[in-house]
Amino acid sequence: MSAPALIACHECDLLQREVPLAPGGTARCTRCGAVLYRNTRDGLDRTLAYALGAAVLFLVANAFPIVGLDAQGNHTSTTLFGTVRALHEDGMTSVAGLVFVTTILMPALNIGALLYMLLPLKLGRVPRGLPAVFRLVDAVRPWGMVEVFMLGTLVALTKLAALASVVPGIALWSFGALMFLVAAAAAAFDSHAFWARVEAAR
Amino acid sequence: MTAAGAGLLACHACGLVHRPAASAHDLACARCGASLHFRKPDSITRSWALLIASYVLIVPANLLPVMETGSLFGSETDTILSGVIFLWTSGSWPLAAIVFIASIAVPFSKLGALTYLLVSVQRRSAWAPRERTRLYRVLELVGRWSMIDIYVAAILTALVQFGGLMSIRAGPGAIAFGAVVVLTMFAAESFDPRLIWDQVEEKHG
Repeated sequence: MSAPALIACHECDLLQREVPLAPGGTARCTRCGAVLYRNTRDGLDRTLAYALGAAVLFLVANAFPIVGLDAQGNHTSTTLFGTVRALHEDGMTSVAGLVFVTTILMPALNIGALLYMLLPLKLGRVPRGLPAVFRLVDAVRPWGMVEVFMLGTLVALTKLAALASVVPGIALWSFGALMFLVAAAAAAFDSHAFWARVEAAR
Repeated sequence: MTAAGAGLLACHACGLVHRPAASAHDLACARCGASLHFRKPDSITRSWALLIASYVLIVPANLLPVMETGSLFGSETDTILSGVIFLWTSGSWPLAAIVFIASIAVPFSKLGALTYLLVSVQRRSAWAPRERTRLYRVLELVGRWSMIDIYVAAILTALVQFGGLMSIRAGPGAIAFGAVVVLTMFAAESFDPRLIWDQVEEKHG
């Protein structure tokens, strides 16, 4: 039923024969130029390492305040979840939900699902329900917006700097690093190597 | 030769190529279990529906305040555009440019570009398929950056709470704006760029 030597471009559907790639190489569609697959050096192990680092940073980024504000003897600070709660308490529940989903839920699912798949595979076992978790990562990826949140925070801080003295929190730095690790984990993921390793472990 | 032309179809999630039986329906990928389709189901109809909803909501998103600032001296409201102007006049023009691009230029050009892609596919255009595919790729990439304004409102709402002295809260425009971002992301996701190339195959093939 399946023909592993063939690949169809996901953007223009051109049928092409897979060619082996040199490490670090990228295969592009000959017709529309879309990236078909990559051969990343130690891609899965690096994805696993980035995801582990991201998990730690994610916890720090959520446990500590992002920013504090000092104005005329008043001090306020907020964690990421604090922004969600503040919006909800102001009656902006839909906006609160959007912030929660894009900055907390989706990144957590993304990191968690990568670890759930790659840790057992590293030990030569196929985790239960792997296909569903793989599809979850695929569906979740566009909705995690850590890097956009980071830029939004910088814009907010610039606006506030005129008003009061701004105290960057530990979580702000964690967020900055988390943004790079999440992107690196996605870029290093090599789906060819992934399914080859799944086959080998079965 | 396209996969569909050869009677083959690729899984959208893991890429495995399948040869389904002619009578088969409700197929699932043999490797990852995702449902299989030759083309995204009802791609054009779904994209149009989500796009029209975005056209409707982008009006209140830009006219209603996204932020309300209350202080001892009364209250003022900010729309997306007045927020950009504030950043510009307060001297941080690089940030003003970023917010202008993310909150105004991107949403409007995204609506325009998606409309163009849908119309061109429906008119069976075979013109510049490579460029139109690239346009689609860019659309998928930039849409998320429009969320900046939502996050700015979220942080300011949580931080600027000094009782009667000064407080900031998100305004109704933020709901409409957030909805526009989400709806256009879904609209772009529903569009199938392979439809662009189907016309090219038809004309040359």
